[in-house]
Amino acid sequence: MIELKHINKSFGAKTVLEDVSWEMESGKVNLIIGASGSGKTVLMKCLVGLINPDAGEIAYEGADFVNMDPKDRKELRTQIGMLFQGSALFDSMTVEQNVMFPLDMFTNQTLNEKRQRVNEVLDRVNLKETNKKFPAELSGGMKKRVALARAIVLNPKYLFCDEPNSGLDPMTSLVIDKLIIEITQEYNMTTVINTHDMNTVMESGDHIVFLFNGHKEWEGSKEDIIFSKNPNLNDFIFASEFLREAKNKRMMDAEASRKD
Amino acid sequence: MLGGMFTKPENARVYWKEFIHQCYEIGIGSMGIVVIISLFLGAVTTVQTAYQLISPLVQKYVIAQIIRDSTFLELSPTVVCIVLAGVVGSKIASELGNMRVSEQIDALEIMGINTKIYLILPKIIASLIVIPCLIVISMFLSIWGGYLAGTLTGILSEQQFTQGLMREFNVFNLTFGLIKSFTFAFIISSISAYFGYYVKGGALEIGRASTTSVVVSCVLILCADYGLAALLL
Repeated sequence: MIELKHINKSFGAKTVLEDVSWEMESGKVNLIIGASGSGKTVLMKCLVGLINPDAGEIAYEGADFVNMDPKDRKELRTQIGMLFQGSALFDSMTVEQNVMFPLDMFTNQTLNEKRQRVNEVLDRVNLKETNKKFPAELSGGMKKRVALARAIVLNPKYLFCDEPNSGLDPMTSLVIDKLIIEITQEYNMTTVINTHDMNTVMESGDHIVFLFNGHKEWEGSKEDIIFSKNPNLNDFIFASEFLREAKNKRMMDAEASRKD
Repeated sequence: MLGGMFTKPENARVYWKEFIHQCYEIGIGSMGIVVIISLFLGAVTTVQTAYQLISPLVQKYVIAQIIRDSTFLELSPTVVCIVLAGVVGSKIASELGNMRVSEQIDALEIMGINTKIYLILPKIIASLIVIPCLIVISMFLSIWGGYLAGTLTGILSEQQFTQGLMREFNVFNLTFGLIKSFTFAFIISSISAYFGYYVKGGALEIGRASTTSVVVSCVLILCADYGLAALLL
């Protein structure tokens, strides 16, 4: 389980995160949602240790990650996989080399064993015959799938996804969302997704936290969102007239069925 | 930045592979320009020295002596390293800058890899080994360029050139040239790595970092050049 306690982070005079506390559900997909500039990416960077919070505690299975001994922190990081917004694939390496890199670095497997594992995870993300291609030869969706394969190749306990659907069309986004959900269940991982894509929210939101101006404004599940009366959340989720009408209709239907 | 480089690597085999890759990139990648510049440096020095030595009292073989000493002391180590600051330095800065901007460095950090050791140390060690080798090749080629220009245009004979090369040869001049090349190699690799590794922003900033690293490296090479000459000669 990952637990955040009273996280604060400022850059100069600007407060980006203010007293954020959250207990993530193990083996589930946890979502951080919020508008651009609400602090989602900073929170995720704090979670994976790319930046340290100014105050507060981040605990992985009870162990304080912020003040952890560097050796233990390094060890813990091998259990973390991350899917970056821009995929962050190594340009000079082929798909196979990219996915094999964590195995090269952290295992003593033979080349055949490593190749077998790489093919296994590439098959899992539905990528075939791309092993010898370079990232520049792949589409945005394929890059995300290679990055996902690289993130899970070491069987991590935790998977972090920073805006996994940014720059993808709705159909490809859905494919990536489904892959993340399936992989979370198969590998029994704790997954944290940072998004403002409403399809992702409705598709995979087991446990959602809404950040507003750096503080936790709302917490719940995707079902709770429909009936939420939080004005900031409603403004964010149901920004368009079409979605607002859809929500009202859904609420009226629910009310009618309750009366019946 | 340098302080973060002295921890145990995660997997020595991967680091060794990266080191060999960098040796190849820096050495073979710069060979062409080093060959061209060195040949012409020697050739031009021969022609211009001959142009200035108009006194009949000065023997022709002195031209070869001047080419040899100026090549060892200044031309090969300094001029070639200034060119390498552009070729190798800008490549290192832009490669690291691109990795920083496209979150590849963050991806490595999250995997638990010390990016300073994995990305910077192999570049610095490879530069410290390969650049002095390039300078030795440059010294040889520069003298050969001088020999070709001198003998083919009739400025001096083959015998006079060989006589000049052998005459009053001071081994310390060669040592001094190598000391310079080690120092300049460290400046080129560490300065460009610093500017590339700490890039913030996007494509424009990568270009800026690359240019700044070349300018700063060149200035530091010239300062170190003077400092070493004042200290050691």
